[in-house]
Amino acid sequence: MSVSNLLENWAEFRHTHPVDDVPHDPYKWAMSIDLDACSGCNACSIACYAENNIPVVGKDKFEHGQVMHWMRIERYWPEDGREFPDQGATFLPMMCQQCEAAPCETVCPVGATNHTADGLNSQIYNRCVGSRYCSANCPFKVRYFNWYDYPTTENVWPAEMTQQLNPDITLRGKGVMEKCTFCVQRIRAGERAVKNEGRILRDGEVQTACQQVCPTGAITFGNLVDPESKVHQKWKAQQVELTADEQEKDKEEGGTDLRGYRILEELRPYPSVMYMERVRESAI
Amino acid sequence: MKDIREDIAWAKINKDVLKSLESPRNLYWVIVIGALLVFSVGVGCEIYQYNVGMGVANLDNPHVWGLYIATFIFWIGMSHSGTLLSAILHLMHADWRKPIYRFAEAMTTFSLMTAGLFVMVHLGRLWQFYYSLPYPNDRGLWPNFQSPLLWDAMAIFTYLSSSILFLFVGMIPDLAICRDNIHSGWRKKLYTVLALGWEGTDRQWRNFRVTYLTIACFLIPLAVSVHSIVASDFAMSQQPGWHVTSFPPYFVAGALYSGCAAIITLFIILRYVFKFEEYMTLPILKKTVRLTFAIAMVWTYLNAVEFASVWYSHDIASKDVLIQKATGPYAPYWWGMIFCGSVVPLILAFKRFQTNIPVLLVTSLLLNLGMWLERWMIVAPTYSHGYYPWTWDHDQFPSWVQWGMVFGSFGWFTLLFMVFCKVFPSVSMYEVKEMVYHRSLASKKLEVSGSQESVEGAH
Repeated sequence: MSVSNLLENWAEFRHTHPVDDVPHDPYKWAMSIDLDACSGCNACSIACYAENNIPVVGKDKFEHGQVMHWMRIERYWPEDGREFPDQGATFLPMMCQQCEAAPCETVCPVGATNHTADGLNSQIYNRCVGSRYCSANCPFKVRYFNWYDYPTTENVWPAEMTQQLNPDITLRGKGVMEKCTFCVQRIRAGERAVKNEGRILRDGEVQTACQQVCPTGAITFGNLVDPESKVHQKWKAQQVELTADEQEKDKEEGGTDLRGYRILEELRPYPSVMYMERVRESAI
Repeated sequence: MKDIREDIAWAKINKDVLKSLESPRNLYWVIVIGALLVFSVGVGCEIYQYNVGMGVANLDNPHVWGLYIATFIFWIGMSHSGTLLSAILHLMHADWRKPIYRFAEAMTTFSLMTAGLFVMVHLGRLWQFYYSLPYPNDRGLWPNFQSPLLWDAMAIFTYLSSSILFLFVGMIPDLAICRDNIHSGWRKKLYTVLALGWEGTDRQWRNFRVTYLTIACFLIPLAVSVHSIVASDFAMSQQPGWHVTSFPPYFVAGALYSGCAAIITLFIILRYVFKFEEYMTLPILKKTVRLTFAIAMVWTYLNAVEFASVWYSHDIASKDVLIQKATGPYAPYWWGMIFCGSVVPLILAFKRFQTNIPVLLVTSLLLNLGMWLERWMIVAPTYSHGYYPWTWDHDQFPSWVQWGMVFGSFGWFTLLFMVFCKVFPSVSMYEVKEMVYHRSLASKKLEVSGSQESVEGAH
C-alpha cells in the first residue's frame, strides 16, 4: 500500500473519461437499440437471467421491488385519450448504460465499481461492502442489490435447473450490488480466443445474450471504435457522438428527423447505449 | 434571577456532585432498565437482518437508503451542540454554560457512537466494513478518495476521537476530586488512573488551560466540517432534491438545532434524576431555550432558502421532488416536519414558557421529532420521484426491522449516557466553583461602587 501505487494506479482506473484525451483502443463496447423494432416480448430479459445466473426472486419480492432483472422491459402508455386494447404500450429495454463518466463510480467508498479501458463500467463483487451509494446516484436505477442470500434461498433456481447455471459466472452472495455487464464473460472469452490468432475481435464475433435472442434484431452490440462495425455505423448515421453532452443535430433549429438519442444525456453521464426513437403507431 | 447562587460553599459543590455518583433518584434505575429493553429490541432486529439479509428492512430498488441513513444524520446532528456549548461558548466566555457543558459534551460523544452504528447496520456486508478505511493490505488497495462516504468515515472517526479527548481532558481536575474523596473499590482505581496524577499545581493548571483551549479551537472547525461532509453525501450526488448547494450550512444549522433541543430534554431529566436543582438552574435553562429559539429561526430561514432556490431554479426534476414532498405519499411527514421544526419553536419565544419545565420537555421532544422527520424527508422522497420515470409508480414504507433499530438506538444512547452520568461527574465541579467565584467577585465590586445594575451575564 504505497503512496506511489495510489498516485499511479488511481489515475489508471479513470483514464477513459471522454473529456480526457486517452482514446479507447482497441475496443469501446457500445450498443444501439431500435425501439421501433422492439415488440416488448421480454426474450432479452429471460436470456439475461439465463446467461448471468440472475436469481428469480418470486412474486412476493417482485412486489416489494426487489426484483433483479438486469435487463428490464419498461412499459409506457402514451396519453392520447385511448385506452387498451385500442392503445398499446410502448416499450423501452433498459439495462446499465455503461456510462463513460458514470455517476456510480465516483461515489463508491471502496472503489468496487470502476471503468475498464474498453469502456465498460465494471463491478467487483468481492470488493463491494453494500453501501448502495452507487444505486442512489444512478440516474437510470439499473443497479440491483442482493437483498437476500439468493444462492442459498430455495426456489431461486429450482432443483432441476441448478445444472443449467452458467459456469462462467459467479453467484453473488447477500449484500453486494450487481448489474448488467454487457456480458463481459463473453467479451473476455472472445478476446482470449482471437489473441491466439494475433488479431482483435471482428464485428459480430461477440454477441450479448440479449442481442442474441432478440427476435426482431432490435439490439446491436459492438465495438464503437471499429469503423466497420454495425454499431459504429448506426451511431454515425444517427449523428450521435459518444463524447457530446448535447448532440450537434439537436442544436439545429426545428430539430431533426434522425431518431437516435441517449437517455438523460444532459446529466452528462455519457451513456454507451443509443436508442432509436419509435416512429410507428403504438397500437399493437 | 441569578444563574447560580453566589454563596454556595465549595465543599457543598463537591458533596452535591459526588452524591450524584452514588444515590440518584429511583427514576434513574427505571430509565436504565427501560433503555436496556429498548436497546435489546434494536439488537434483535439487527441479528435478524444480519442473518437473513437487508431485504427484511423493506428496502428495494430504487429505495436503497432508508431510515438508517436518516437516523444516522439525526445522531450526527445531535452531537453538534455539545461542541457548541463546550467549545464555542468557551471561547466566547459565556460562563453560564459551565454547569451544563459536561453532559452536553458527553451527549456529543455518545450520539456519535450511536451514529456510527447506523453506518454499520446500513451496510449490506457489515463484516467487510473495514474495506472503506485506508488500512495496510497486501494488494495495495486504497479506498475511493472521491467518495463522500469515505470522507464521512474519516470525519466521524476524527470527530469522535477528538470529542472523547476533549471530554476527558476537561474532566481531569474533577476526576482528581473524585479520586481524593472516594476511598475504596474499583472507582478509586479508575479515578486514580484517569486523573493522571493531577495535584492542582500552578504548572498543571497552566498546561491544562492551554491544552483545553487548543482542543476547543481544533474541535470547532471539525464540528462544522463533519456535518458539511454528511451534507456532501447528498449535495455531491446528482439526484434531484439532494443536489443542493446550500445543504452544508443547512445541515449544520439543523444539527445545532436538534442538539440544543436534546440538551433541553436532558437538562430537565438530569436536573431531576440527580438532584441538580441548585446547579442546573432555571435561568440557565432560559438561556439555553433562547439559544434554541434563535437557531430554530436560522434553520427555518435556511429551509425557506432551499425551497425558494429549488422553486425558482427551473430545475424541473428538483421542483417535482419538492412538489411531491408537499403533496405526495410523504406529505404528512413533510408537513409534520414543518410544523414541529418551524411552528412549535414559536412557543419558546414566550417568556412564561421559557422556564416552564413540562412545556419545555414536550416542546423539546417535538422539536427533535421534527428534526428527525427532516432527515427522513431529505433521504426518502428523492427515491420515489427521481429522474427516472420507471421508479415513480412504486412507493415503499420501512419495515418493522428499520423502525425497531431506530427505536433501539435511543435505548443504546440513553444507556451509555446514563451510565456515564453515574460513573463520572456530569456537572463540572471546578468550573462551577470558578463561576461562583467570579460571580461573587463581580457583585462585590458592584456593591463597592454602589451600582444597582444587574450582574446577569457578567464575566
